[in-house]
Amino acid sequence: MKWLAAFGRFWWDFVVGDDWRVAVLVAVAIGVTAAAAHSDITAWWIMPVAAPLILWLSLRRAIRSA
Amino acid sequence: MSTGNAFLFLSAFLASAVEMVEALTIVLASALARGWRSSLAGVAAAVVALAAITAVLGPALTAIPLNALRLVIGGLLLVFGLQWLRKAILRASGFKALHDEDAIFARELADAEGAAHLERAGLDWYGFVLSFKGVLLEGLEVVFIVLTFGSAQGSIPLAAAGAAAALVLVAGVGFAVRAPLARVPENLMKFSVGVMLTTFGIFWSTEGAGAHWPGSDAAILGVLGFVIVVSLLFVQLLKRERLEAVTA
Repeated sequence: MKWLAAFGRFWWDFVVGDDWRVAVLVAVAIGVTAAAAHSDITAWWIMPVAAPLILWLSLRRAIRSA
Repeated sequence: MSTGNAFLFLSAFLASAVEMVEALTIVLASALARGWRSSLAGVAAAVVALAAITAVLGPALTAIPLNALRLVIGGLLLVFGLQWLRKAILRASGFKALHDEDAIFARELADAEGAAHLERAGLDWYGFVLSFKGVLLEGLEVVFIVLTFGSAQGSIPLAAAGAAAALVLVAGVGFAVRAPLARVPENLMKFSVGVMLTTFGIFWSTEGAGAHWPGSDAAILGVLGFVIVVSLLFVQLLKRERLEAVTA
C-alpha cells in the first residue's frame, strides 16, 4: 500500500509537477476545443492560443513565489 | 522519413539523452564511491524492471483507439511539456539556477562515500540501491516519453530507436570520460524537449478533441515554429524584467 502511494506520488510529481493549475487549465482548454469541434465551430486555433497563456500564467506564478 | 516521424525520433532522442545524463551522474558517483560491480548490478536490475514495465504498458497502449489515445496523451504531453518549458525559460532568463551536473556529482559522491557498508547477496547494498533508483526513476521518464510519443504517432519502435541512440551516445561518452557530462548544454536540450513536448501536446490534444488542423500533419511544423517564437519571446521578456529588477 505504501509502495502504491509512493508510485502514485511519483507519477503525480512527474506529470503534474509543482503547478497543478497547468493541468487544470490544459484540461479546460481541451474541453473547450472538444465542445467547439462537436458544434462544428473551427477549433484548431484554441490550443495554440491557450498553451502560451497557460505557460505565461505559470511563469508569473513561479516568479512571484521565488 | 515523414516530418512527424523525424520529430518523433529527435524528440525521443533528446528527451532520453537528458534523462540519461542525469542517470549517468548518479551511477558514476555510486561506482566511484562504492565500486563498479554493485553499481552495474543496480543498473542491470533497473533495466530489467524498465523492460518489464515497457512490455506490460506498450501493448496495452496500442490497444486503445487512436483518437482517445491522442486526446489523453496529447493532454499529458502538453502538461508535461509546459512544466519543462517553464523551468527551461526560468533558467534561461536567470530566475532559476542552471542544473549543475558537477555539483550534483560531488554531492552524490560525498553521500555515497559517507554511507555505512552493508553487504547483501555479495553486493555493496548502498551502491546497488543508489544505481538502481537513479536508473529506474530517470528510466521511467524515458519509458513514459517513448511509449506516449510512439503510440500517439503510431510507431513505438521508432521512438525506442531514438532512445536507444541516446543510450549508446551517453553511455559511450560516459564510459570514455568516466566523469559527469557537465559540458552538455543541458538547459538548451531541456528547452528543446519542452518545445517538442508542447508542440506534440498541442497537436495531438487538438486532433484527439475532434478538431482538424489546416494542412493536416504538415501543421505540426507551424505549431513548432509558433511554440519556439513564443518561448523565445517569453525568455526575452523575463530577461528584461530581471535586468530591470537588478538595476532598480
